[in-house]
Amino acid sequence: MNFQHKHILGIEHLSAEELTFILDTADSFKEINTRDIKKVPTLRGKTIVNLFFEASTRTRTSFEVAGKRLSADTINISASGSSVVKGETLEDTAKNIEAMHPDIIVMRHNASGACRYLAERLDCSVVNAGDGMHEHPSQALLDAFTIRQHKGKIAGLTVAIVGDITHSRVVRSNIYCLSRLGAKVRLAGPGTMLPPGIEKLGCEVHRNLEDAIRDADVVMMLRIQRERQGAPLIPSVREYSRYFGLNEDKLKLAKKDAIVMHPGPINRGVELSTAVADGPQNVILDQVENGVAVRMALLYLVAGGEQLQND
Amino acid sequence: MKLLIKSGRVVDPVNKIDEKLDVLIVDGKIAELASNIDAGDAEVINAAGLIVTPGLIDMHVHLRDPGLEYKEDIVSGTRAAAAGGVTSVVCMPNTSPVNDNLAITRYITSKAKEEGSANVFPVGCITKGLKGEVLAEMGELKEGGCVGFSDDGLPVKDGEMMRRALEYANTFDAPIISHAEDLTLVAGGCMNEGPVSTELGLKGIPWAAEDAMTARDIMLAELTGAHLHVAHVSTRGSVELVRQAKTRGVRVTCEATPHHFMLTDEAVRNYDTNFKMNPPLRSADDVAAVRAGLADGTIDAIATDHAPHHIDEKNVEFAIAMNGVVGLETLLPLTLQLVGEKVLTLEQAIALVTCRPAGVLGLERGTLSVGAVADIALVNPNKEWTVDAQQLQSKSKNTSFDGQKMKGYAVRTLLAGQTVFER
Repeated sequence: MNFQHKHILGIEHLSAEELTFILDTADSFKEINTRDIKKVPTLRGKTIVNLFFEASTRTRTSFEVAGKRLSADTINISASGSSVVKGETLEDTAKNIEAMHPDIIVMRHNASGACRYLAERLDCSVVNAGDGMHEHPSQALLDAFTIRQHKGKIAGLTVAIVGDITHSRVVRSNIYCLSRLGAKVRLAGPGTMLPPGIEKLGCEVHRNLEDAIRDADVVMMLRIQRERQGAPLIPSVREYSRYFGLNEDKLKLAKKDAIVMHPGPINRGVELSTAVADGPQNVILDQVENGVAVRMALLYLVAGGEQLQND
Repeated sequence: MKLLIKSGRVVDPVNKIDEKLDVLIVDGKIAELASNIDAGDAEVINAAGLIVTPGLIDMHVHLRDPGLEYKEDIVSGTRAAAAGGVTSVVCMPNTSPVNDNLAITRYITSKAKEEGSANVFPVGCITKGLKGEVLAEMGELKEGGCVGFSDDGLPVKDGEMMRRALEYANTFDAPIISHAEDLTLVAGGCMNEGPVSTELGLKGIPWAAEDAMTARDIMLAELTGAHLHVAHVSTRGSVELVRQAKTRGVRVTCEATPHHFMLTDEAVRNYDTNFKMNPPLRSADDVAAVRAGLADGTIDAIATDHAPHHIDEKNVEFAIAMNGVVGLETLLPLTLQLVGEKVLTLEQAIALVTCRPAGVLGLERGTLSVGAVADIALVNPNKEWTVDAQQLQSKSKNTSFDGQKMKGYAVRTLLAGQTVFER
């Protein structure tokens, strides 16, 4: 397959065939991460800038490790606060970085649409590492990769995603990705965290956790941001946990061999009981591990993919 | 000074005129309408194939002068108006400083008179500093030329303040123009709330934010007997609330903008900030309701909410971009498009941009009656053209219609008989 995308701005723009191709490419990279010498020369001479406008440990490190294992030069820039606070516009910041000729900018930004904005204005490739409440494509791909690893397939599975759907970019990307690959996606969360029209993206919406996870193959719990407590969204973390937290009893509603996922960082005792978080069904650290392989695949493909090997 | 406009199709809704007539202008006023006027030494304009209408009135414009001249000023804004066939603009008070005192009102009116290409009728603040705390001196402002009062851009949050504003403005026979929005429901939203905002991950503004405040203000107009004008209605609910209130005899009028009857929130899909405005572009159902409100007379005026912004204020992430788009130069073709789409008759369409807004604000404009000031637009209704933002007369280029095909424009605009624009 000839992968044609210069940018990875969201799953929305990727077909089922392309998604599968990315996962297959990630499969071929996964083994590198377990070698003694964890490095291949594939992207030698390429420069990748990780431009992060929001705090991130997992995603930024994962992209950095992915770039380094492909022998690219990776540079991390943490721009605290929005561009406005800094007094420089996003376009100016990005143009200054571009003047140093990076090949790929991996960006996380608090504004939905920010990665698209950048892609429209720069010549280099842009990879979305999370834009506002919009998309987080590499997370969805590593989730799909992990599901495929454990279940052998994605088509035909039932995946329940529970939590703050409204504010989650992970959810939007996952709905596109999983539904395109043939899974049935169910969502659940309190009414204050279910945005209007979300079902149009290709999923079912449930009012309670139990209906969503019943007989599910995969249960994905989302982080509840403690700072939302007391805002009009939820009365307390305590009550949230009671109705939308996952514990061992509730997990019994899912299929016996269901896996439990979480994009991290987890709040123990809130959306996940510690017993579940550490239990035999959890695959949370597999997700993190697979994230590196998936991001290696993304960087490799936007950098030119197969053409690189022919050079 | 005599000017004879020959052989045009004269459309003057006030006088129920729609026929081929000559119009004779003497000393800046309409002197005669008849077929085949022979005016001897008058300068003659051949208007064959053109529509001759009263100059358009745009009752919702931000001229940005004083203080924000980097976006627009009275000279550029009225030049944009003239280019759009608009001879009267009603300008909102959220300038810097705001128009809450006589000195600012006089600055605006005198600069417009000396340097402008259109009549400028200022709207004064409802409250001093647009702060919602103390009433502005409406009596004096009205004497100075203000034709209504609004805290446009900001709703008057406090219910009692709005009640007293309506009562007080009524003393001076001036309407209160309401920017109807419950900010506690807007809660940081930046586009219409619905499937599109969900998909884009942008915080939505629900229709209820507009409807709730429109309902409150209508109740207060009913309570006080004062004249409420609801600015830029954009939802099915607010159109319906106005319709019902009119049936009950409440003194309420309202306006709608071209972008709210031409575009839906689908236009936001590519995060283009030239589709970010307040109220936001709504759903197809809301657009249909606004169009129905225009057709059945519920909506009294088409007004642009012309809101110039500098490129630097728009060339940013969607959530932090300024609200608003320019509109003066596309008002006429977009209004005529409703005639082409059989939503309105030509007479209805012209009335919505001439005599009806004049009626809302009590302006002695918007008609070609004998004796009236000769503010006139000569319109080629069939001319097809393409909007080029960079060619707009306005200082700012933030149009939603860049690159779009339009049909119809003003070929010549007369202000009190003087040509202020000619193509």
